[in-house]
Amino acid sequence: METKKTSLYQLHQDCNAKFVEFAGYQMPIQYSEGIVEEHRFTRNHSGIFDVSHMGQLFIYGGEDLIKDLEKIFPLDLKNLKLNHSKYSFLMDKDAGIHDDLIITKTNEGFLIILNAACKDNDLKILRELLKEKYKMVLDENRSLIAIQGPKSSEILNDVINGVKDLNFMSGNWFTFENQKVYITRSGYTGEDGFEISIANDFVNQLTRELINKGSKLIGLGARDTLRLEAGLCLYGHDLDKDKTPVEANLKWAISKERISKGDFIGSDIIIKQLNDGVSKIRVGIKPEGRIIAREKTKIFNQSDVHIGEITSGTFGPSVNGPVAMGYVENEFSKKNTKVFLEVRGKKHPASICSLPFYKKSYVKGIN
Amino acid sequence: MSEVKYSKEHEWIKLDGDVATIGITKHATEMLGDIVFAELPEKGSSVEKDGTAGVVESTKAASDVYTPVSGEIVDTNQAIVDDPSKINQDPEDTAWFFKLKIKDPSEMDTLMNKDDYDKFAKETSA
Repeated sequence: METKKTSLYQLHQDCNAKFVEFAGYQMPIQYSEGIVEEHRFTRNHSGIFDVSHMGQLFIYGGEDLIKDLEKIFPLDLKNLKLNHSKYSFLMDKDAGIHDDLIITKTNEGFLIILNAACKDNDLKILRELLKEKYKMVLDENRSLIAIQGPKSSEILNDVINGVKDLNFMSGNWFTFENQKVYITRSGYTGEDGFEISIANDFVNQLTRELINKGSKLIGLGARDTLRLEAGLCLYGHDLDKDKTPVEANLKWAISKERISKGDFIGSDIIIKQLNDGVSKIRVGIKPEGRIIAREKTKIFNQSDVHIGEITSGTFGPSVNGPVAMGYVENEFSKKNTKVFLEVRGKKHPASICSLPFYKKSYVKGIN
Repeated sequence: MSEVKYSKEHEWIKLDGDVATIGITKHATEMLGDIVFAELPEKGSSVEKDGTAGVVESTKAASDVYTPVSGEIVDTNQAIVDDPSKINQDPEDTAWFFKLKIKDPSEMDTLMNKDDYDKFAKETSA
């Protein structure tokens, strides 16, 4: 299958992007300044991320749709306010995660943002579950860009007036060049920011205007270091079908109201794990010194017993040191527990730590 | 002091008497991106031509560093371990990796001169 290109491909090339194939798309991994500088620029100023490879699934419907989606997602969608968003998962009957996603209630139904590598399978699963009752559009005619970092609100508001008044995890329709754009205050970097869904034909103009106001294009390389410092999971690495949301330490994202009803796909397992505990759980891991422990690195306890594996690990430019997360046996998941990471045949000391590695507290309206 | 020679694994080597200073080329650092970790061989250890003699890691991945000649490690550059970004800043001078006492000076003849290396680097990255 030929790799796809996003509508911003030419602009990436003009900005000297290095490309990688990601989920069937040619995506920029970095530009000329490099991952560390791009990471820092996002933390200190504002960075633009082309995330048009992600799925934008619009599902149209009313009360019936809410009831049907509540059988699928562990969310209290009935009480979700219009234009508000929630982080959630598409699970199988064993609560294994097919995908993690953001779902937003719109005036016509719901908008679900899906991972690029999962979106076609997600659509197939949702079609089977919803049995053609509702119109569903995985919209290829719209691009998605994120603008993240402390200057982003000011920069985006200069181009699209009013966005600065959005609260965290809420959105609305705005107008750019007479086009309807849907903007949510959200992101995946640990910074304040926005995600903008806009028609493909207008994404270049919008991106160029944001660059002219002082923001910069940032590649997937820095997106990965930013999200890992922020303690956020990457599907296919930290999350997959062999892990449940409880094991992934994401129970905060499961509605208590829906657990009490226990009528969504995977709820039996979720309830059992919440009551009985889990055997493995996702934790933050801080290596001592500078050694970088990457995905699949084995984790050992102090008696040299294999107790888990790293699922994401890199160098965190804002932490100025190595950062990682992974799954360990539950009894070794306490903060400050000393562990060892096997890198190139040698065991290196590390400790279990709380997530995130990096946190700013200025996002308004956080709930 | 002899001219600087280069290996196909993108190391440079400068021989002074029987002690060779070895590092990675500017071209190598450009391919790697931001270097955030460096591991060097132990002083006193012996290394064999084309064997691994260290590791560099960028934000993206780890890469082995090879030695272009055999010998005994006599010195290592702690400054690049403490601050690996120095490797991106000055790879072919102050950010050298290690010095070794060369075992067989004729191994130098198997390496490329600057012109040949530049051509090689251009061809292999195209």
